[in-house]
Amino acid sequence: MNNELIVGIDLGTTNSLVAYMQGETPVIIPGEDGSNLVPSVVALDNHGQFVVGNPARKILIEHPERAIYSVKRLMGRGIEDIQDELKLFPFRIAQDVEWGEVLRIKLGERELTPPEISAIILRQLKKNAERFFAAPVSKAVITVPAYFNDAQRQATKDAGRIAGLDVVRLVNEPTAASLAYGLDKKKDGIVAVYDLGGGTFDISILKLHEGIFEVMATNGDTHLGGDDIDNRLLAIAMDDIANDLKLDIRRSGEAVQALRKAIIETKIALSAKTEANIDVELPQGKRYQRTITRERFEQLAEPIIQRTVQPCKQALADAKLQPDQIDEVVLVGGSTRIPRVHTLVKELFQREPHTELNPDEVVALGAAVQAHILSGGSAVTQDMLLLDVTPLSLGIEALGGVVAKIIQRNSTIPASATEHFTTGVEGQTSVAIHVVQGERELASDCRSLARFDLKGIPPMPAGLPRIEVKFLIDANGILHVSAREQRSGKEAEIEVKPTYGLTDDQVEKMILDSFDYAEEDFQRRQVIEARNEAEIILTALEKGRRAPVWQRLSEDEKTQIAQREAELNGARKGNDYKQIRGAVDALNQATMNLAELMMDSAVSSALKGKNMDKTEMEGGPTQSHPIAPAEITND
Amino acid sequence: MLCWSCRQPASGHFCPSCGKIQPAQATDYFSFFSLPRKLNIDLPSLEREFYRLSRKLHPDLFARGSAQEQEWSTEKTSQLNDAYRTLKDPIARTGYLLELEGVKLEEQSRSATDAARQTGAEKKQVVPPDLLEEVFELNMQLEEMRMNKQVGEDDPNIVRDLQQAQQHFEQKLNELTTELQNDWNEWDALIPAGSTEPQDQQARIRVRDKMVDLLNRRSYIRNLVRDVNEALS
Repeated sequence: MNNELIVGIDLGTTNSLVAYMQGETPVIIPGEDGSNLVPSVVALDNHGQFVVGNPARKILIEHPERAIYSVKRLMGRGIEDIQDELKLFPFRIAQDVEWGEVLRIKLGERELTPPEISAIILRQLKKNAERFFAAPVSKAVITVPAYFNDAQRQATKDAGRIAGLDVVRLVNEPTAASLAYGLDKKKDGIVAVYDLGGGTFDISILKLHEGIFEVMATNGDTHLGGDDIDNRLLAIAMDDIANDLKLDIRRSGEAVQALRKAIIETKIALSAKTEANIDVELPQGKRYQRTITRERFEQLAEPIIQRTVQPCKQALADAKLQPDQIDEVVLVGGSTRIPRVHTLVKELFQREPHTELNPDEVVALGAAVQAHILSGGSAVTQDMLLLDVTPLSLGIEALGGVVAKIIQRNSTIPASATEHFTTGVEGQTSVAIHVVQGERELASDCRSLARFDLKGIPPMPAGLPRIEVKFLIDANGILHVSAREQRSGKEAEIEVKPTYGLTDDQVEKMILDSFDYAEEDFQRRQVIEARNEAEIILTALEKGRRAPVWQRLSEDEKTQIAQREAELNGARKGNDYKQIRGAVDALNQATMNLAELMMDSAVSSALKGKNMDKTEMEGGPTQSHPIAPAEITND
Repeated sequence: MLCWSCRQPASGHFCPSCGKIQPAQATDYFSFFSLPRKLNIDLPSLEREFYRLSRKLHPDLFARGSAQEQEWSTEKTSQLNDAYRTLKDPIARTGYLLELEGVKLEEQSRSATDAARQTGAEKKQVVPPDLLEEVFELNMQLEEMRMNKQVGEDDPNIVRDLQQAQQHFEQKLNELTTELQNDWNEWDALIPAGSTEPQDQQARIRVRDKMVDLLNRRSYIRNLVRDVNEALS
């Protein structure tokens, strides 16, 4: 059977990866720079173009206002629930974002929503894969933290659509990791996956049975990760700097970013060494130097690491298991490299955890396995099937603001529930339903997902209409709602107001915008490239004028060249790349004879024993010289 | 019913002629697993059947199918998951059967209790008569405990009393589980071989009402245990 190409993508808080199944093994697709990890940083360069990954990280240090990192923390969230985040992260939120609206973040002169920024990262991964396969890639499996709610999942799916990807499935990160591990160890038993990444924490407990990966319980915190450790160290370092060096760098974005970078390097070093140095140059010629021991670091990180304990206990309780019933424990996410995290997990589950697979890559590898299964699979994946759960209970707001739970957390998905509603007033033609997600008893303490307006109810006495509403959570963990008025049998019209998400129309518009921008970006790049070409040929011409062969040109030729040169100088001031290119070509033509003469003279100089390098210094042509005959005959 | 794809007669999840998935039908959880409405269920074989059907119906197997097939697969798998989740849990299974028998148990649910609490209304639950005295005493102890907590006092006597009550009511829950098992056996005995439902209508209603009473008492006691646990925590 011909399998379709579907890639697996780990869209992480700190790093993103794309992978695919090469024969029987999942492998990571490297980027142009050869690295497997694409830092999840997006920046606007000087030419107004988006750059992603390592180049964006450079801009982040030099021009923090033109770059954004950790945008995953903002996916599917509203202005009122990121206040704590804003104290710690240099997110620049547009001032006119209102309660319940999707966020907009300032990036240079642009304003973008979190799904649009994630889409820029996804587009880079798509490009990396297309470069690798030399073929278009349009389908992907994208991983999300298991504890992501509906809004966060929807935002991730929207990001995929904006990036031009058909998101075939959203897979929970710990579940994906278990797939990557399960590929070579086809063993039955209970597995716990502890996933501490840059910004999110998940714990999932799975039952493996003859290739079925059945999630029994999942728990976590979508705002807990290595970032939080960095922020704590950063706050302490800034206090130190204020006290010892009498320098307040809080307002200086560049200095903060430089310090943050140094702290992250120190944190990473402390996983291998017992002592590491921080050494950062600061404004006003000052310098922050400090030695940190692993012991001190672990003391500082302990409160953050401890926050993973309660979710683990809850997941065990939900799975109705004791720690000693867990057969295997798997570590996922870069933060599990911290030795203290390793020992904590060992204590919690009374098992030595598995770390055979690179914790940064294992989720993407698992996503590739799931992508392979969805594309039709092969002998290796034949019996593999993922049965995942919804991490949070789904409820509707009932009288008095309390939540009536209709789908319990840890229900295997797809899952559904049917509820009946009626009217309270005679002739009422619409009913509003408020859907929330969470474990708290009051709707105001849960995450508001959407408000549904059931419309077009035939006017009847109060209490007589019987509206059946079906809530269905699909295999992606995303909610779908449909309604029917049972007396008339009419499909009721539902108007959805997603609380923090984008409406379908908004996503459509962003897809179109991204095409527009793609066109605009293309134009801009063409202009830049054409100007570069002009620059090169004009510089070469300058050299040619100073060369002895110049005198052998006829006066007519010299005038011709001067005229074309003036035309090109005029054209390159404009923004029409076609005009610039045309002028470059014309100047190329006019200087053909000059180029030939220069080539001959270079060759004869070489024959006379002159060093080629020296000839070059005197203005001779080189291979990349635009006035080289090869360039001209190519046309 | 004719298969949507090959137009041959079709029933069940897949067309016997062309093998295509068929539209999801409204069904009860017992019939989804082709089980009679009996309350004693062999859990290992229910799990095997759940895995077997998952391997046939799950949306992962239809990722390359049409949008319509994907929708049916999602809907059928949600029925499968809902049915398995309900039937594997003894209390949920009993509650579900009683719903099929036309009983509304909603008023006993935790959310209804919470709703009543929130709006300040009395719980709609009626105290089981044989528990009246104990519940009266317990409520006084709970009240005292809350008052103590408010002023930051610690009365070891009250704590001890509550711990005893906790044990006592948990013991009662266990007794109810045994009692429920007897009701299950009685119910299942009413279903003749080859039939999916009881035939003796009088006995059917009698056993049903016994189980309704039992579940009500059970949820009442569970709420008490929850209140005591909260007070002690």
